[in-house]
Amino acid sequence: MSDIAERVKKIVIDHLGVDAEKVSEGASFIDDLGADSLDTVELVMAFEEEFGVEIPDDAADSILTVGDAVKFIEKAQA
Amino acid sequence: MRRVVITGTGMVSPLGCGTEITWSRLLEGRSGAARVTAFEVEDLPAKIACSIPLGDGSDGTYNADQWMEPKEQRKVDPFIVYAVAAADMALADAGWHPKTDEDQTATGVLIGSGIGGLEGIVEGGYTLRDKGPRRISPFFIPGRLINLASGHVSIKHKLRGPNHSVVTACSTGAHAIGDASRLIALGDADVMVAGGAESPICRIALAGFAACKALSTARNDDPTAASRPYDRDRDGFVMGEGAGVVVLEELEHAKARGAKIYAEVVGYGLSGDAFHITAPSEDGDGAYRCMTMALKRAGISASDVDYINAHGTSTMADTIELGAVERLVGDAAPRISMSSTKSAIGHLLGAAGAVEAIFAALAIRDNIAPPTLNLDNPDVETAIDLVPHKARKREINVALSNSFGFGGTNASLVLKRYA
Repeated sequence: MSDIAERVKKIVIDHLGVDAEKVSEGASFIDDLGADSLDTVELVMAFEEEFGVEIPDDAADSILTVGDAVKFIEKAQA
Repeated sequence: MRRVVITGTGMVSPLGCGTEITWSRLLEGRSGAARVTAFEVEDLPAKIACSIPLGDGSDGTYNADQWMEPKEQRKVDPFIVYAVAAADMALADAGWHPKTDEDQTATGVLIGSGIGGLEGIVEGGYTLRDKGPRRISPFFIPGRLINLASGHVSIKHKLRGPNHSVVTACSTGAHAIGDASRLIALGDADVMVAGGAESPICRIALAGFAACKALSTARNDDPTAASRPYDRDRDGFVMGEGAGVVVLEELEHAKARGAKIYAEVVGYGLSGDAFHITAPSEDGDGAYRCMTMALKRAGISASDVDYINAHGTSTMADTIELGAVERLVGDAAPRISMSSTKSAIGHLLGAAGAVEAIFAALAIRDNIAPPTLNLDNPDVETAIDLVPHKARKREINVALSNSFGFGGTNASLVLKRYA
């Protein structure tokens, strides 16, 4: 797993209070990890803070899984 | 109107997590006051407070993780967690866990707070200033709102009846119990989970109340002697924190399920001073009218009151309340015991009235008046027994609990032994 993926995973574990093994690449924040719509807003804010990127609202709406977040951040930092 | 009884109690207090542990320590004459170590106090005029004893949950310590998941705690101010803890305890004590649609909709929540999430608002302000609006958490608002104490309790226990909250400074807890009792009496609910919660031990609250000249600042080196209601050397209140919650229930509903009954809520009075934002009027008129209204509603003569849990904050206002009580009870003064439990637990602000109403109920249950600590030299002579230093065993069938708040908002509750 890439460094970005590891850091994303850690943020998800901390914010949602879920077990590490549940946080797979394809895990959906809402369907698999118990997040609600406010949790996902806070997650996106935490990603912005951690990686120093800006995630516009319309892009945030399409970040539904751990993998979506990793892909967006990799692209933003490329 | 329908009759209302208390069938469950729960509290988180500076003397411990739980009603019975707090009550036994209160009767032993223990104080919850200590120098604040959780944050910097060197530059604050008041450096002491009555903080909740933290720990793993054993020996009366408070362990927030027992009451709310750590990831959820992060989203709310501590007063909400205190409220959830006290409500859990009260519902367990009452043995009331509604499962049917009918029972859930017949059960409401009315928990207030005087100030709410002050610390979280301060932190949010720093974030806004230093990092900008995009860094304000979606949990900033719902984690601070006062009625979210009622909200969380309702969600956790699926209580779908009236969901309400009170914000009347230091009268909050008493108003919450009084208003909730009314909802039951009028038939809007059969059971109400009611009380108050407060988490004000933080720098901005200590600074703000000190600026109002409300806090004791003379005994930073002798914290347990600082809260001394009615004593001539008192110099202000000691900040406390915590929550008190009761389960109120319509009498027949309680009897039908064989619930234990602490006491009946027979009277509730409210008044406004219409005088000053922080000071009561010298003649104690607001307090007097408030107590009079509560006794009238109860149909009880002032001379039949056995115990009064005073507002008694350890400020100059103590003698004003005492004067109002003397006027109320007249010649019956020598048979009345009146104490301020704030001498032991400090002033829990919005939680005070709820915690103190529970103490009044326990005074009836156990026929004992809790003590007023540190009352070495009464400021004024009175025929009323102010219960100095030591708890007093005596017959208590009727108890009155007073709460007076900034803005001149007053509440009195009258509780009576259920027989």
